[in-house]
Amino acid sequence: MFTSIFGAFESGIIYAIMALGVYLSFRVLDFPDLTVDGSFVTGAAVAAIMIVNGANPFAATMTALVAGFLAGCLTGVIHTVGKVNALLSGILMMIALYSINLRIMGKSNVPLLNTDTTMTAVRDFFDKTGIDSVFNGILSAVGLGDSLPRTWGILLFMIIVTFAIKFITDAFLKTEIGLAIRATGDNKRMIRSFSSNTNLMIILGLGLSNAMVAFSGALIAQQGGFADVGMGIGMIIIGLASVIIGEALFGTKSIARTTLAVIGGSIIYRIVVTLALRVEFLKPGDMKLITAVIVILALTAPKMIDSYKEKKRKVKRQIENIQMMSVTPDRKGEAGAALKSDS
Amino acid sequence: MLHLNQIHRVFNEGTPDEKIALDNINLTLKKGDFVTVIGSNGAGKSTLMNIISGVMLPDHGQVSLDGKDVTYMSEYNRSKMIGRVFQDPMAGTAPSMTIEENLAIAYSRNKRRTLGLGVTKKRRELFKEVLESLHLGLENRLNAKVGMLSGGERQALSLLMATFTEPSILLLDEHTAALDPSRAELITNLTNEIVDRYHLTTLMVTHNMQQALDLGNRLIMMDKGQIILEVNEEQKAKLTIDDLLNEFQRIRGTKMANDRALLS
Repeated sequence: MFTSIFGAFESGIIYAIMALGVYLSFRVLDFPDLTVDGSFVTGAAVAAIMIVNGANPFAATMTALVAGFLAGCLTGVIHTVGKVNALLSGILMMIALYSINLRIMGKSNVPLLNTDTTMTAVRDFFDKTGIDSVFNGILSAVGLGDSLPRTWGILLFMIIVTFAIKFITDAFLKTEIGLAIRATGDNKRMIRSFSSNTNLMIILGLGLSNAMVAFSGALIAQQGGFADVGMGIGMIIIGLASVIIGEALFGTKSIARTTLAVIGGSIIYRIVVTLALRVEFLKPGDMKLITAVIVILALTAPKMIDSYKEKKRKVKRQIENIQMMSVTPDRKGEAGAALKSDS
Repeated sequence: MLHLNQIHRVFNEGTPDEKIALDNINLTLKKGDFVTVIGSNGAGKSTLMNIISGVMLPDHGQVSLDGKDVTYMSEYNRSKMIGRVFQDPMAGTAPSMTIEENLAIAYSRNKRRTLGLGVTKKRRELFKEVLESLHLGLENRLNAKVGMLSGGERQALSLLMATFTEPSILLLDEHTAALDPSRAELITNLTNEIVDRYHLTTLMVTHNMQQALDLGNRLIMMDKGQIILEVNEEQKAKLTIDDLLNEFQRIRGTKMANDRALLS
């Protein structure tokens, strides 16, 4: 149990980078970008094939990031210059990337076992420091010692990386260019009248979004030990689920708060899926269905709760009004005044 | 300052719905001119605005601004020199961003946008100062989302954002038409104040004849894509609504077909 939750936490924090990318396109730019399904694999494929061919794993991960950026920019170009509908340009890019990813990898699956990856480097580093034994010692002391994680290093490393990306994103969205990108998602007519090239902003925004997605894909491939051409299927929905769950649970008061919420949403999504798969009736193949149900619930439940609350409030107010109207005749004036001040 | 030369624009050319929106328009605004534009529906007022701002291109003719030919310059490039306020109070601001962020966007209009912070301490002081001139108390709500403001407040903010960087020309497209009378009056007064303070060259389209007479130093009347009447500063001071209606009837031989203009 602890090991699977731990695993969910670890992958949740890596997928959170992808979710931040989806937040950037879906929420900030108001652009439902399906490129994600393809660019996630592109990141994984580029990193895997470079690592297998002996490249430095850090350099490979960075190259994956650049590849994702280019893929996103292309979607932006198709949409803005080609004037193709947003959804369609994302789908076109996703389909195109499927073939490109196969070309990059040369086959449909590239295993990364027994090679040096970012993750093995981090693990080795932590082995040397001895932090793992300290953490595991604490866990054993509190009685959770029966199933210990192999290393805490990857989790700590990924928390640092993900939060670094979160803070960079927060800061970027407050710069002059960041403000222009946000306004592009908010009111295109307005930002054009303030001398900003909305096409360029969309292209840049989608590039950055898919750079994060591909970066996340590269890290997932190294954590899981393989890159597979099908690993991106439904990724946009997982990203959306993380964004929506996070926003619903942790709020959207400011940008910093929202990006934090997205990271939290990604982790919670992983934990929910892990728990769901422990139900005996469900099989691993049901995961996409579970995801879809979670997203539908996350999209509809808050609205239903709101309308229920609103209804309850209205009924309550009506009862109050009736009570006030039915006071004795000599106090009618007061009741009327109270009603007026109430409304 | 602004010079329109033989601007011609046809909609749906070659179809039965063909309509000449602008028929060889010539118009020159000198620095500091405040021109009000009136005319019936479909007179071409909005098309004129769209062609000056670059939303549409003319079929032929030239637009020049500050002595530069901008006829084919893209809308966003041209916006460096043009301030615009739209009829819809929702159109001129970004609702999910705060007041100071909106002002920061407006502040970068005539500069190159960089990776520098949008709202710096120094700029915040400037924003506070310019917001105070609206007398709406917005300077105390810098971090409020603009979507929470009322229509009048949003339009006042739009007006401020369009003007405080002192554009070469200010285009007002019926910017008080969607507001209730008291709010419209507030915006009208603010417009007068701001244009005066920054000595802005202004072109204002309005349906409200009284407003057209009260504001500005020149007036033009449009009909069917043509400028049918130009009134200079001296004549404008003496002009009344009745004069305008009579003048229209004299020129066109029909009554002005615009209930909105008559009633307001």
